[in-house]
Amino acid sequence: MESDLLCEFESLRAKSITSIRAAKEEGRKVVGKYCIYSPMELVLAAGAIPIPLCSTKQDPIAEAEKVLPRNLCPLIKSSYGYAASGACPYFNASDLLIAETTCDGKKKMYELLSDIKPLHLLQLPQKQDEEALQYWYGEILKLKNRLEEDFSVTITDHNLREAIQLMNEERRSLQDLQDIAKLKPSPISGIDLLMVLYNRGFSVDKKEAVFMVDRLTLELKELYSKGVTPFTRKTPRILLTGVPIGIGSHKVVQIIEENGGNVVCFESCGGYKAVYDRVDEEKEPLLAIAKKYLGTPCSCMSPNLARFELVERLAEEFDVDGVVDLTWQGCHTYNIESYSMKKYLQEKRNRPFLQIETDYSESDVEQLKVRIEAFLEMIN
Amino acid sequence: MVNKIDFLKYSERGEVVITAGIDVGSTATKAVIFDGTIRSMAIIPTGWNPKEAGRNVFLEALNEASLQEQDISMIVGTGYGRVSLAFIDRKVTEITCHAKGARFLFPQTRTVIDIGGQDSKVIAVGEDGSVVDFIMNDKCAAGTGRFLQVMTGILDITLDELGQMASGSKPVSINSMCTVFAESEIIGLLAQEVTKEAIASGIVQTIANKMLSLTSRVPCLEEITFSGGVANNPEICAVLSSAFGAKFNIAHQPQIVGALGAAILGYEKL
Repeated sequence: MESDLLCEFESLRAKSITSIRAAKEEGRKVVGKYCIYSPMELVLAAGAIPIPLCSTKQDPIAEAEKVLPRNLCPLIKSSYGYAASGACPYFNASDLLIAETTCDGKKKMYELLSDIKPLHLLQLPQKQDEEALQYWYGEILKLKNRLEEDFSVTITDHNLREAIQLMNEERRSLQDLQDIAKLKPSPISGIDLLMVLYNRGFSVDKKEAVFMVDRLTLELKELYSKGVTPFTRKTPRILLTGVPIGIGSHKVVQIIEENGGNVVCFESCGGYKAVYDRVDEEKEPLLAIAKKYLGTPCSCMSPNLARFELVERLAEEFDVDGVVDLTWQGCHTYNIESYSMKKYLQEKRNRPFLQIETDYSESDVEQLKVRIEAFLEMIN
Repeated sequence: MVNKIDFLKYSERGEVVITAGIDVGSTATKAVIFDGTIRSMAIIPTGWNPKEAGRNVFLEALNEASLQEQDISMIVGTGYGRVSLAFIDRKVTEITCHAKGARFLFPQTRTVIDIGGQDSKVIAVGEDGSVVDFIMNDKCAAGTGRFLQVMTGILDITLDELGQMASGSKPVSINSMCTVFAESEIIGLLAQEVTKEAIASGIVQTIANKMLSLTSRVPCLEEITFSGGVANNPEICAVLSSAFGAKFNIAHQPQIVGALGAAILGYEKL
């Protein structure tokens, strides 16, 4: 799809570096984060700029392997390599990092990162019941105190409610955009959708980003009504679940689409998982925030039935022909969970399922092509 | 065993439709000419130039069938080298082709085990003959023809001799699945004066174990058809078949199953 709006999204990351520098000169603080368990509302309520950090490219992995073991997940290695080598401008601009004890690899890597930057570690419980919520609420409260202390601000309920509204509005716009791909055939390719979902996160002005996303959604609706689409009604529709991906770690999406498929739904972190649930605007703000974030269906939770239910529901709603479960090498939680995911989906509806275990390198592209092409032939 | 498609297809000019399947593998390149039944086949080493190998094997198979290029209505390419063939009409992955070819030769096939030069795979086939699931070992040489090639290199024997030596010998346990580590392990065993026969038997057992571990992830129903160059070796087939506790179907020319499947897919498409 060629569109001026898509070009705007493409240039968003470069643009945001300039905006961050300008904002910092005016005294605004920047908070870097890696994971969707980081509660953005608190950062916004503290008047700071939340920004995602680089973690999706192969380039800094060699640098990271000077310190980290080679057989670790590429996302952790890339994150650390970017940070340690100074190659991530967002990391460099950050005044504070928010991190969580999600998987073992990440929490040990964060210990190393805390030598480079001030880092606030949230101890994330790994179950999602009432007891865990009370504990997590305490953690959220500690983050609020840390932000107030570090940035010499007071976070009021009013600030929090405004931030909740803004973030819910962002979630609403992102869900609307992703729902466009429910149309058959989808007017947007998975690779373009991924680029938008990934790049918009770097926008410093969240209201502006919501406006841009809404404009794109409208544009796509028009394209659909005119019958403009890169696909046909016969194009196999794929739901991608599993590990987080972004631009740089998008090779599986690219291979699927270059071989005649269409990724219509990203259940993963940067996609539907982050936006399908909202923060309750009626409840006490901090508790409502704690509840929404703890509910995130990540494989670090045990059990993680909510992910299976979400994938099945989305597979149904997006009318997909097959599910691809992408797992990074060394990501034990997603790799192990893949077995149960397959079993769950096949017992429900005997849905075609393909697990791809890979890393960020290009070394296995030819082999992946055979498997993905064969999978597309199988479901077509 | 007589395998035929029940109906013959005729072109607009009233001639019998003939298709070709070309399978460019990492080690061997195969071609089958098909007109409802196998008209001819050819197998040549791939060498360093998959494009040329694909062309040559096609011409050889045509020659064998006393046909000209213009007699062929559709050419389907498969195998890792399929992308290098400019003259094909369609490309299909080896997964789909192996399932198709195996079902043609053995219509009751529900599982295809293929050990090729650089990958091995298990394909689950539905009752209707379509692929329902598959698993590939494609990131390392463990359990592939290349593994066997390296091992026979250390023992200074051919693949046929490996099978003969292995049969009837008590296998020594080889713990490494990794080709490079297994190589060191075998060099160590030779230094301890373990017999070539016991090592050969151990190597074959390693392949069987690797294939068994692959099948734990996909349904493995009978009948099982074994394809690929390694299936040419009767002793290795016997070890695998006993490890699986099932009888294997093995084609007269197990290497051509993929090329045959490609030719049939072309035939059905017309």
